[in-house]
Amino acid sequence: MPVSSTHYLFLSLLLFSIGIMGTLMRRNAIIIFMCIELMLNAVNLLLVAFSKIYSDADAQLFVFFIMVVAAAEVAVGLAVIVMMYRKVHSVDINILNRLKH
Amino acid sequence: MLLLNIDAAFVIEKVILISVILMGSLGVAMYATWAERKVSAVMQDRVGPNRAGPFGLLQPLADGLKLFFKEEIIPDRSTQFIFILGPCLAMLTATMTSAVMPWGPDFTMAGRTISLQVADINIGILFVFGVVSLGVYGVMLGGWASNNKFSLLSSIRAASQCISYELAMGISLIALLMMTGSLSMKDIVTQQHGFWKDGYFTWNFFKQPVGFIIFLTCSFAELSRAPFDLPECDSELNMGYHQEYSSMKLGFYLFAEYINMFISSAVISTLFFGGYNFPFMDQVQAAVPSGIFSLICVGALMAKIVGMILFFMFVRWTLPRFRYDQLMKLGWRSLIPLALINMLVTGGVILLTMKK
Amino acid sequence: MDIYSILFWFLSAMAVGCALGVILSRNPVNSVMFLILTFFAISGHYILMNAQFLAVVNIIVYAGAIMVLFLFVIMLMNLNADVEPQKGMMIQLAGVISGGTLFLVVLMGLTTAKSELIDPRSSDIGLISNLGKVLFTRYVLPFEISSVLFLSAMIGAVVIGKKENIPASDKTEIV
Repeated sequence: MPVSSTHYLFLSLLLFSIGIMGTLMRRNAIIIFMCIELMLNAVNLLLVAFSKIYSDADAQLFVFFIMVVAAAEVAVGLAVIVMMYRKVHSVDINILNRLKH
Repeated sequence: MLLLNIDAAFVIEKVILISVILMGSLGVAMYATWAERKVSAVMQDRVGPNRAGPFGLLQPLADGLKLFFKEEIIPDRSTQFIFILGPCLAMLTATMTSAVMPWGPDFTMAGRTISLQVADINIGILFVFGVVSLGVYGVMLGGWASNNKFSLLSSIRAASQCISYELAMGISLIALLMMTGSLSMKDIVTQQHGFWKDGYFTWNFFKQPVGFIIFLTCSFAELSRAPFDLPECDSELNMGYHQEYSSMKLGFYLFAEYINMFISSAVISTLFFGGYNFPFMDQVQAAVPSGIFSLICVGALMAKIVGMILFFMFVRWTLPRFRYDQLMKLGWRSLIPLALINMLVTGGVILLTMKK
Repeated sequence: MDIYSILFWFLSAMAVGCALGVILSRNPVNSVMFLILTFFAISGHYILMNAQFLAVVNIIVYAGAIMVLFLFVIMLMNLNADVEPQKGMMIQLAGVISGGTLFLVVLMGLTTAKSELIDPRSSDIGLISNLGKVLFTRYVLPFEISSVLFLSAMIGAVVIGKKENIPASDKTEIV
């Protein structure tokens, strides 16, 4: 069976869903952050596949911009996580529920 | 074979080339350890290794044999799999870069054009960068898995040093790439053909001296060699990230460092010193058959590489070690702004000369 | 099966398997390594689709920089499987069910999507010269804005990560 766009759609969707599952399942803030990176990459993969199918370079540039935004996001996000670790000595997100009480 | 539509001769040719390059880089790395001892001995007015073989030439073999026969110790509280993975990754990333290096010009043998480059990909330099940026994993994982605070400190130092200096290295290369207009290693070497053309040197060193100095400094830091050998700073960290390693795993780490030195010398020679080009190569090419000409070119590249390796060694045994804050200050406050200015000036010059 | 399909299925299995490894392994360092392998598989897909530039940039940016930062933070905090917080069974099950539901819903929505065959022959739209031309003509404004974004992110990270100035009198309490 030759590879078609549907294959890439399903693969990307599967990776994205795994990312969602990880975000919901884990309590470690760093792992949740990594799952978000995984979801971004799933989208990137699909964009490159579309770029290949329609012979259009624009989609590849979107991937490029997504990578830029992801890098910026990681820089700030990890700084936030390190700050959180300094305050509460844990990366468990369930500790951050003070607004509830 | 129906699946792979590649002819067998091509595969055999590439396999031979890959094994020769691999063996060659291992051999050069092996004798680099010997040369390092001899150089340090000369600079410190000692004799150096002279027992095994004439001039101690068999010393690397003896060292290797010793490492092979040593007892293999895996610390009890270490993460075993990652502990073993560390040196393997270090060795893998050290040898991978040689795939995109053009070691010599094409030559024809038995009616086939044989290329002395494993893969001519159009993003050769980016490939080198990718592999270099992966090189830090071997050190980081090994240091972390040892479960030793000195190893951990050392690996964290190595990682931050590598990431910081990769930036300046990349920016200094952008200036060079703006002049070459291509990322393929083959194109960059071909553009530096010969030595003198149209009233100016063809080698990139003469076009990008500032970029070369930044690149060289950064490669010292990437190799974590003196004066930037903070990850192995024995007065502060006992020994470094490979403190818990013994036997051939330690050998892999030490060896990977020398292979890295060989490869980065090759990259510097290719990017800035014309690769396999040498003065009056056109006259030589006309005089000898293509096979022998290729060999002479490979010899020229090798001579440049050996020169670079010796330079690395001279620097190591002359300069004292930097302090960690000095290292970071140099990288972030001096080299990166300098590289940015170099890039801007290069861009401006290219813009002015293009309008004419 | 041609070579393209074989590589596609191999890389897909590797990507999905390693992605599952990211969310299932208890040790954060293992998660990081699985994620790096996932990125390698995705880079392999890019090469398969002739996007060499993006493949290498993916490796340099994600595997070479972002994941090193993650590993760095994990090592600094000395996280391992023993201190890894675990959610209760029910919540994990709820996570799997909601993720799986999303998968199924979108899957159903996509069944009617037009299926276009991928041309396995190489094309040159992914080459750097081609991408550069589009980037610096049509997308030059987003490119410049993204550099400003980078700068602000850098400053933001420095400001957040900076240690707050503790008055000299309070220092002893914190130690």
